[in-house]
Amino acid sequence: MANTTTAGGFLLVVAIVLPVAGVLVSLLLGGRRAERVAFVVMPAGLGVALAIATRIWRTHDVLQYFVGGWMPPLGVGFRADGLSAVMIVASALLVCGIGLFARAQFKTPPGSETRAPLMFWTLLLAIWAALNTVFVGSDLFNLYVGLELLTFAAVPLVSLDGRPETVAAALRYLLFALLGSLLYLLGAVLLYGAYGTLDIALLCRRIHAEPAAWAAISLMTAGLLAKAALYPFHLWLPPAHAGAPAPASAILSGLVVKAPFFLIIRLWFDVMPGMPERAAAQVLGILGAAAIVFGSIVALRQARLKLLIAYSTVAQIGYLFLLFPLAIRPETGHPWGTAAWTGGILQAVSHAFAKAAMFMAAGLIAEALGHDRIAGLAGAGRALPITVFAFALGGLSLMGLPPSGGFIAKAMLLTAAVAEGQWWWAPVILAGGLLAGGYVFLVLARAMGEPIEPLRLSAEVSRGRQAVVAAVALCAVLLGFVPLHPSDFLQIGRSVAATAGTR
Amino acid sequence: MSAVTLYGFCSAALVGLGLYGLIVRPEPLRKVLAFNLIGGGVFLLLGVVARRGASAGLGGDPVPQALVITGLVVAFASTALAVALVLRLLRDTGETVPASDAGGEAPADGRK
Repeated sequence: MANTTTAGGFLLVVAIVLPVAGVLVSLLLGGRRAERVAFVVMPAGLGVALAIATRIWRTHDVLQYFVGGWMPPLGVGFRADGLSAVMIVASALLVCGIGLFARAQFKTPPGSETRAPLMFWTLLLAIWAALNTVFVGSDLFNLYVGLELLTFAAVPLVSLDGRPETVAAALRYLLFALLGSLLYLLGAVLLYGAYGTLDIALLCRRIHAEPAAWAAISLMTAGLLAKAALYPFHLWLPPAHAGAPAPASAILSGLVVKAPFFLIIRLWFDVMPGMPERAAAQVLGILGAAAIVFGSIVALRQARLKLLIAYSTVAQIGYLFLLFPLAIRPETGHPWGTAAWTGGILQAVSHAFAKAAMFMAAGLIAEALGHDRIAGLAGAGRALPITVFAFALGGLSLMGLPPSGGFIAKAMLLTAAVAEGQWWWAPVILAGGLLAGGYVFLVLARAMGEPIEPLRLSAEVSRGRQAVVAAVALCAVLLGFVPLHPSDFLQIGRSVAATAGTR
Repeated sequence: MSAVTLYGFCSAALVGLGLYGLIVRPEPLRKVLAFNLIGGGVFLLLGVVARRGASAGLGGDPVPQALVITGLVVAFASTALAVALVLRLLRDTGETVPASDAGGEAPADGRK
């Protein structure tokens, strides 16, 4: 492994520093200019993300950067492989989409009261910085700091409108997240105590199957599960994601819960490749399956649109964790060469776009009708055709119908379940799709219905905002055109771990 | 039993006590305190790790000692954020145990 900073490695630092600089500048200039700063940072950040992805695509190799030229274990490194690049680009696209959408809701008001816009725009940029830190970090303690930054940026977004129930939801979210990060830190300390390094590449060569490593990895995984809201740690998610303002819900449900999932992948496939036991992976899979069934059924029973979408997030997170039993120690080659690997990652990305679009659509519907009761949605389809269409496109991906990213993802997970001879996951994947069809249909049927009395809209919704929602939903659909076989791009940077791991 | 082992057990006990408090006590302020107990346990463990890794004439491995400082800053910030939320809740509702904690998602489901 070339232990030097690669050409273009500085891009990784720029990806983190740019949003952080945006946060600092907004705080200095005050709420009046926060929106303008965000709209300067967003295109620049998107450009950096695309540059990172292109470079990795062209060289077919990882990007690395070592701060100050110090090599691990003394220094701290950043490293982006194919998986990081996909996540970085997806978050950049989503942050820009959400920013465009939120422009009308959090525009700088004419009066002197500018706290809400200032908070929203700075927190949006802070979440972006934290996400990029998590995606490119290669030092376990650095990743801990990234996780905590993410928590501190995400929790205030939940209680942005200051209603007591959202403050309570934020507090509960914070307590779950803090417990999660402390367990993660405890595991990291144990790893340092046992192996004397926190760098992922070095750890992967030193780690053995022994009690210290098992305890550390279990603690870290448990902590990250609490943050990823996998069943049964999902309790905090529905009130937090349903209570937040629509653009905030979109980023919380689309991206923030994916960061801990990404770290579990790092732990299981990079820190200890080849080590995880099948039984442990089966436990994650069973929790994922329980999440799919439980989340979907509870979603069917919701009376409020945003709560329905939030419970559907609980269910869709379950699919992500089917990756572990299906990709670990497969009969057919390396974990990252399997259909399950590509399918799981694709599920993370397509769910991000689909769910963000659905939350934003729900926000527009609530704004126009003045409420988000599912029973009172009649006529919404006529009043807001583009929005309801975008909601349906997002739903397509959740159900796993072609053409959509969700279809490809679920088809690949299904293929993997059959190929690995673990047929018991197949009915869960299919049942989850059917149940998702149920709750999406429930909403659409109501929205398309004739209202009993003529619908009076409480607010006009501009076509531009509806178009942004439709564009985000379209991204989820376009992901349905990626080829239906294990992706090469997602395997970039895996070979290092493979050679070190197969001892 | 060496001092290092003794401190190791202390940190394990702190983490255990904190976990118990965090899971069992419903009052948010107690949960915040329990969180700080776990934090104390983790930082003590970092100290133990530093002591065990002492070499080159130093009293301890400097890396974990540096990590403790960062960890303390993070724990301080999270405690401040949690206390701010608890105070806000107290001001708006007059109590700190959120009503929703008693019945989970009951209010949302019950509004059918």
